[in-house]
Amino acid sequence: MILLNVTLFLPLAGFLVLLFTPRDRTRLVRAAALGFAIAAFVCSVALLALYNRDEAGFQLVSNWPWIDTPAIRFHIGIDGLSVWLVLLTTLLTPIGILVSWRHISARVKEFFLFFLLMEFGLIGVFIALDLFLFYVFWELSLVPMYFLIGVWGHERRVYAAVKFFIYTTVGSLMMLAAIIYLYTRTGTFDYTALAGMIASGQLQFTGLQEALLFGGFFLAFAIKVPLFPLHTWLPDAHVEAPTAGSVMLASVMLKMGCYGLIRFCLPLFPRASRDFAPWIVALAITGIIYGALVALVQPNMKKLVAYTSVSHLGFVVLGVFTFTQYGLDGAVYQMLNHGISTGALFILVGYLYERKHSLEIADFGGVAGAAPWLATAFAVTSLASMGLPTLNNFVGEYLVLQGTALVSMEWVAFAAIGVILSAAYMLWLYQRVFYGDTPEAVRAHVGDMAPREWAAIVPLIVMMVWMGIYSTSFLPPISRTTSDILERTRVGVVFRVQNTQPAAEVADAR
Amino acid sequence: MPVNFAAPPAVDYVRFLPEIVLTAFAVILMVLEPLTAARAKRYMGRIALVGLSGALAGTAWAGLAGGYAFSGMIVVDGFASFFRVLCVSAGILVVLASLSYMRREDRESGEYYALILFSIAGQSMMVSANNLIFVFLGLEISSIASYVLAGFLRGSKLANESATKYFLLGSFATAFLLYGIALIYGSTGTLYLEEIRAALAATRPGLLAGAAASLMFVGFAFKFSAAPFQIWTPDVYQGAPAPVSAFLAAGPKAAAFAVFLRVFLTAFGPISARWEPIVWASALATMVVGNFAALTQTNVKRLLAYSSIAHAGYIMVAIVAHSVVGTAAVMFYLVAYVAMNVGAFAVVTYFSRKGERYVLIPDLAGLGVKQPVVAALFSIFLLSLIGVPLTAGFFGKFYVFRAALGANLVWLTILGLLNSAVSVYYYLRIMVVMYMHEPAEATEELPPLPFGIHAALWASAAATLVLGIFPSPVLDYAMRAANFFR
Repeated sequence: MILLNVTLFLPLAGFLVLLFTPRDRTRLVRAAALGFAIAAFVCSVALLALYNRDEAGFQLVSNWPWIDTPAIRFHIGIDGLSVWLVLLTTLLTPIGILVSWRHISARVKEFFLFFLLMEFGLIGVFIALDLFLFYVFWELSLVPMYFLIGVWGHERRVYAAVKFFIYTTVGSLMMLAAIIYLYTRTGTFDYTALAGMIASGQLQFTGLQEALLFGGFFLAFAIKVPLFPLHTWLPDAHVEAPTAGSVMLASVMLKMGCYGLIRFCLPLFPRASRDFAPWIVALAITGIIYGALVALVQPNMKKLVAYTSVSHLGFVVLGVFTFTQYGLDGAVYQMLNHGISTGALFILVGYLYERKHSLEIADFGGVAGAAPWLATAFAVTSLASMGLPTLNNFVGEYLVLQGTALVSMEWVAFAAIGVILSAAYMLWLYQRVFYGDTPEAVRAHVGDMAPREWAAIVPLIVMMVWMGIYSTSFLPPISRTTSDILERTRVGVVFRVQNTQPAAEVADAR
Repeated sequence: MPVNFAAPPAVDYVRFLPEIVLTAFAVILMVLEPLTAARAKRYMGRIALVGLSGALAGTAWAGLAGGYAFSGMIVVDGFASFFRVLCVSAGILVVLASLSYMRREDRESGEYYALILFSIAGQSMMVSANNLIFVFLGLEISSIASYVLAGFLRGSKLANESATKYFLLGSFATAFLLYGIALIYGSTGTLYLEEIRAALAATRPGLLAGAAASLMFVGFAFKFSAAPFQIWTPDVYQGAPAPVSAFLAAGPKAAAFAVFLRVFLTAFGPISARWEPIVWASALATMVVGNFAALTQTNVKRLLAYSSIAHAGYIMVAIVAHSVVGTAAVMFYLVAYVAMNVGAFAVVTYFSRKGERYVLIPDLAGLGVKQPVVAALFSIFLLSLIGVPLTAGFFGKFYVFRAALGANLVWLTILGLLNSAVSVYYYLRIMVVMYMHEPAEATEELPPLPFGIHAALWASAAATLVLGIFPSPVLDYAMRAANFFR
């Protein structure tokens, strides 16, 4: 219990320490930020050791009163879903700090200040078990990101930052309305209590009420995911953000939306989730194909990677709304995979940018000749991203497609187009940037990776291989939690999936 | 209540102590004014601070000896004490911010502080009034002092415009209020709030009572700048000296809301079905007008004026809820509102320089680099005005919309939340300029931060953050205070 609090509050402590560090001591600032981030990572690894993989339910729970009226409690805990997301956050934060080590040269103190504050918010989002607390962390993570993009971004940073902030705020205000409504109905913000009331039928909504409440939550999450057609803030935010900002945005922040869908939308509003599922799946599949097609024609590397996120996260949403064990497991696994492989892609694109100060694909070519190790790292990462077996994304995409197949083969056929396209855009990008003759401009500027850069990328590549080869290290706790959530979505629902598979196999799969 | 011609008992004076202390100090300042040399004028502000602290202590004493006073003309209950403390504290912050401002503008005088004290005495009377005549007296004392304050910089054209406009429109609005009072006296034969309530509850209230309520609504709506009576606000706030704008946005507004709540929930409680729709429509209009007009402002003072209109709209949402929770939400919101607004205006006071040269948003460019502390505190106020969690503004909005949903005002809640999403844009624009633009001419050479403004900024920021993390004490008090009328 204490350890979970330590993990949560270490970044905040780092934030406070940095606040009182003199601004001209940049080396000290960087070192302190990295130190706190690594400490938080170590704590979260220890968390994993304490976590009992054989139990569903929340573990390492702290539940203290915070505000008396309305009854808001500081209630945190982790289950098989959040434990990995916390680890993902604490893993990527020190990496983000390493990536920014030289890249950020102006207002260094403020940058790392906001970075640690953001980590605090992100960890909080994943472990909060009180809806109000969740909302607080949700909004709290937004403000630092706004500054990271707006102050340290590229040319159109202000536009991107404001767009990002307003998009997300509109969504989250509707969620706030839904949260307050739930409170006025039940008198509690406690997630476990609310989920229990709904599971036991003690709390029931009319169809319209449930649809509106679901809509309030869903809009906030769908904007964050982002689900097509609410994705338009994402390419701007990604292109304009500094490298570390893009990494945290893609790897962790987008997962807030997916996490919310699984954690809140499904168990709290099972009927509405089922009712809207076909529409949501249609949007997800549209996003998969649309994101991939747009990525294919991008001349800007960062924008390309941003659109691949739209495509990849479509898979996550698809998996969630199949309401199958495979689909949900795959969705959660794909969340982690996307965090690692897209994070790595943004880091590598950032390395290229630092060398040549350009993101245009046309400005590169033959980089493999000038920087072979960079090229190798990029190759592994793109292969992972396109879902090559033995690397991580394959496992997640396979599970999602398998889950989808239990529901509808047509959906699989359309979603698989995205997988094919992903190979096309990644390989084409790789070919244009890394192969061919090495022009003098590239040879002069693009050197191979420095030790610090190695340190940032190697952990991610190790994870790609590990998660691709031995998913058993990760999947069992996830399944335990997702099967519990899946069980909750069955409340009062007549099962109505049609498929051609033998009944026994289908039952087994669920 | 029977009229009592005997001399009031001593405890009545205790219950009236804040007003007595404030008036005494204001008179002292007025007397000292012609007797002091120009050099010694800078002590005037400090005398005012002593007076305000005395009033704060007086409020505490009066609160401990709560009850009716002066034949039931005033009532000192939790509600009155709450707002007395709020108005006096806002006064302290404003005086702190004014110290260096008046020196800078070469207008140091005891008059200015005396007017502030008179105005606060009026507000203090308003919030504890239990009789409509007393409501009117308090409102007039508070308003007349603030008309003069708005035009205090005689040399400035904008200040003159501001004062004239405020005075003319303000007198007009007060006349409406007086009409309302006359009508209610005509129809019920009393000016005591509880007696009006009893009279209205006893018979089927006629047209006259409804007309009286509407006329009084106009009078109060002008004071807290609710649409469609908000037109004066931006011009007056823009023209008035920056610390006076802070003052106008804080104390008089809070007091007007307090007296509105007391009069309408007590006296007009029985005919709530008649005035609630009016307040509903006005709340929505106020939010929309405030937020959408603020979008296009380039002057920080005007922007804050429109933002204060928008916030009045949110507060009215909680009034429409018409419940104990709603009243408590109004009370909490006003505390948050005063802290963040006075803080924001204190930043403008500091930044504007002599003659208020720099009050445009682009002038703030690069403040984040040049004066990081001020920029950071300003950001806290702005984030609180947006309603980001862990700031007072967030809990204010949260309680308001909780009260509204509790009263089944689903549409008003959704429209209100959408409005607050609109507001994000203009508050962010200030932060964008402060942090994301290169330093401009106005930020090249910044004067050192004067002590008074420093203190006001930190106090407001501390209040904003503490209420944003631990809102319970204030809210619990508000719940108890809101509970015992009605």
